[in-house]
Amino acid sequence: MGVEGIGARVLRKEDKRYITGRGRYTDDIGLKDTTYAVFVRSPHAHAKIVSIDTSEALAAPGVVGVLTGADLASDKIGGLICGWMIHSKDGTPMKAGAHPAIAHDRVRHVGDAVAVVIAETRNQARDAAEKVAVEYEELPAVIDLAHAQDEDAEQIHPEAPRNTIFNWSLGDQGAAEAALARAAKVVSLDIVNSRLVPNAMEPRAAIGSYDPAEEHFTLYNTTQNPHVARLVLAAFVGIAPEHKLRVVAPDVGGGFGSKIFIYPEETVCLWASKRIGGRPVKWTADRTEAFLTDAHGRDHVTRAEMAFDADNKAIGLKVKTIANLGAYMSTFSSSIPTYLYATLLSGQYDIPAIYAEVDAVYTNTTPVDAYRGAGRPEATYVIERLMETAAREFGVDPAELRRKNFIRTFPHQTPVIMCYDVGDYDATLDAALKAADYAGFPARKAEAARRGKLRGIGFSCYIEACGIAPSQAVGSLGAGVGLWESAEVRVNPVGTIEVLTGSHSHGQGHETTFAQLVSERLGVPTSSVSIVHGDTDKVQFGMGTYGSRSGAVGMSAILKALEKVEAKAKKIVAHQLEASEDDIIIENGNLKVAGTDKEMPFFQVALAAYTAHNLPAGMEPGLKETSFYDPTNFTFPAGTYICEVEVDPDTGVVEIVQFVAADDFGKIINPMIVEGQVHGGLAQGIGQALLEGCTYDSGGQILTASYMDYCMPRADDLPMFNVMTTETVCPGNPLGMKGCGEAGCIGSTPAVINAITDALGVRELPMPATPQVVWKAAQAARRPMAAE
Amino acid sequence: MTAVSLTVNGRSATADVEDRTLLVALLRDTLGLTGTHVGCDTSQCGACVVHVDGVAVKSCTMLAVQANGATVTTIEGLAKGDELHPVQAAFREHHGLQCGFCTPGMIMTAVDMIKRHGGKALDEKTIRHELEGNICRCTGYHNIVKAIEAASAEMAGMAQAAE
Repeated sequence: MGVEGIGARVLRKEDKRYITGRGRYTDDIGLKDTTYAVFVRSPHAHAKIVSIDTSEALAAPGVVGVLTGADLASDKIGGLICGWMIHSKDGTPMKAGAHPAIAHDRVRHVGDAVAVVIAETRNQARDAAEKVAVEYEELPAVIDLAHAQDEDAEQIHPEAPRNTIFNWSLGDQGAAEAALARAAKVVSLDIVNSRLVPNAMEPRAAIGSYDPAEEHFTLYNTTQNPHVARLVLAAFVGIAPEHKLRVVAPDVGGGFGSKIFIYPEETVCLWASKRIGGRPVKWTADRTEAFLTDAHGRDHVTRAEMAFDADNKAIGLKVKTIANLGAYMSTFSSSIPTYLYATLLSGQYDIPAIYAEVDAVYTNTTPVDAYRGAGRPEATYVIERLMETAAREFGVDPAELRRKNFIRTFPHQTPVIMCYDVGDYDATLDAALKAADYAGFPARKAEAARRGKLRGIGFSCYIEACGIAPSQAVGSLGAGVGLWESAEVRVNPVGTIEVLTGSHSHGQGHETTFAQLVSERLGVPTSSVSIVHGDTDKVQFGMGTYGSRSGAVGMSAILKALEKVEAKAKKIVAHQLEASEDDIIIENGNLKVAGTDKEMPFFQVALAAYTAHNLPAGMEPGLKETSFYDPTNFTFPAGTYICEVEVDPDTGVVEIVQFVAADDFGKIINPMIVEGQVHGGLAQGIGQALLEGCTYDSGGQILTASYMDYCMPRADDLPMFNVMTTETVCPGNPLGMKGCGEAGCIGSTPAVINAITDALGVRELPMPATPQVVWKAAQAARRPMAAE
Repeated sequence: MTAVSLTVNGRSATADVEDRTLLVALLRDTLGLTGTHVGCDTSQCGACVVHVDGVAVKSCTMLAVQANGATVTTIEGLAKGDELHPVQAAFREHHGLQCGFCTPGMIMTAVDMIKRHGGKALDEKTIRHELEGNICRCTGYHNIVKAIEAASAEMAGMAQAAE
């Protein structure tokens, strides 16, 4: 590798603007004559809108306009869509209700928009929003997932009886049930995967700007995928055709999935800008608004049963899950508890029979969609809680039970669609065991006990499917889009390079890692390379960043374009140096005739391509190439996480005394950035286990709608992490990469809960395992004999 | 409206503001200093930290009129020209940032933290405790802690060398 090529710890090119306060996020953009939008939102979880009186608000100082769902409907602006069709096991299509950007007859969750006020200043819009008088007729709210499908439950959407969107299944029910029937041992668990709020630090924001002369719209937006946003807003919402709508995602302050989706506010800002004559309309969420309207994550209730033979070999798994999708189906909500969840239920294990059944239900809560990991953390939590529980019930070492069941021959076809291409699960387990000094754990536990502390250790051997995804495969499973990626490599006449990518960076460091790939291939310094992304006027099309796909898919597209650039450059050099094209090699920024001292520096080749004074006959001038890359398979990052905790039984406080993460991400471009991705994922996964949890009261009021109520992980909640990687090269893409963005968040949660349950000697523990929860469990575990 | 005069990053500024205008709104909307961010509105996340008369303040929780006559430093005023402050340089060197949104507040908090501890090298426990008022969703804090450890050690060394 070169000093800045693949594998180098290159410091990030993008950092300077962030550390000097010169990042440019959506809310930082100040267009001339901007107006400010503030939404009037429902205080009720479920209600009919009887009337809306906007007259007082319209008369308030500085107000430019007040718009309602009726106005939206009269302008024939379409509703928001869910882009992944799921069919129930009886073959019927999912039962999706309408999702207007502003509610006009009924509100379905606290925070549902009922009107928007546009004013000269933010404060004037806020003041006037309080003067919009909405009369509601309250309806019973459906909040409790366990009773959402009851016969007498209030129906939220007319399309979905019993609030059931679909009842979907995957795998062979007969085989799984037969395995359970003949099993020597069965382990079963009732599992709640708690509801989380993604909480990117930058709140969502949008600026819609309409140019009446050109009949052209521009949207600045906190989005992970500007082209998909444009597609949906053009083709489904009907704002404008794509050539009349530009979407710009400037610096975006974190996403974690929550900024994939097309939300009501984007529609409203664009539409309102036209309605008020073309002045830009800007909306920025405050944090409580983010809690009310950003798509939430997880929220599953699951019953899982795992069958083992007498030798502790897993022979079957049966899972029934109810997934809460909230009040409306968000953009990719239907795919999360289905094809991103049940397809990973084999974990790292050879399980011959698996059957999963998933009911997706509406409730009067904020919509639920992908949050970092998206379905895969839920699957991992099910399998790894089962494995740990099985080991304890069988009286065997939890590491060895997992090892006994590992898949070791590849490719491995699971019973739930996925075909694992490559992996070495023993390697990550061994690396983690060694790093954690597993052999020394009993001594550490005994030492802790002498101090009155309960020490526990927990494992998680996760697998995920990333590099989302082969277009044909996801198309056959119901996806409304292809999931390839595009790239364009533009070599300038002076030899500097711009790479246009459909991937989008919102913290991942693409401006550095993508430049490293160019440096590796062409031998140019990364300072000569600019990465251009996040603007539909610059990049022709792209599918954006989620599902740990920017490396395996996005960089593969860049590589394909680079290969075309290299091929043309070699032709030019061969022509000018009178050599055979096959003899030209690229070394340290020069194109050389192998075995001779004849060479041309890359910048001279670029110049030659543009002067076009001496090109091979018939060659077009210029040096610019495009590629669309469609992966052939998912990628399968996997690893072992070990969490060791110390519990104070008197207070219930859990301290993570060590956390080891051993991951196999395939080839790595920049280890520094990969480690950072793992650290951040671990914090979010640990956050779910110990701190975070979104709760509603029985009437549908969200009880955790600020950072004073929703417990975000802070610096003193977390330890230093011990992270390491092993490597099996992914055969599915030319760079051998698997992806690293979500692993930490997928693998860590069960490791923490397994560690605490080990420390306490209890079977189950709800999340988040707050001091109160842990203290109660510790008290109960102390007195089992007395109770019997 | 009330007239407010203050010094921001070495330059004097005057503005007419509503009494309810927050300092962060004055900095961002009136003075165009958008490096200071708003992340939570409840004084929890620390994305809005600036220095007012040399002390770290959450600018989402201070009225602009309270800053009348004050000297304010924002993230834009921390570097000396092209020369980064040691804390800024350490955040880059140790990959202490990802999306960059919490970063200005983190850096301004860290500068204040090091100063309040007498400019000595800080240990992990102290740093984690002191970061209680700053939330980052990207880094898991690991590299932020390392960056502040390194910056505080470097600044302590520089102070010693200067003596």
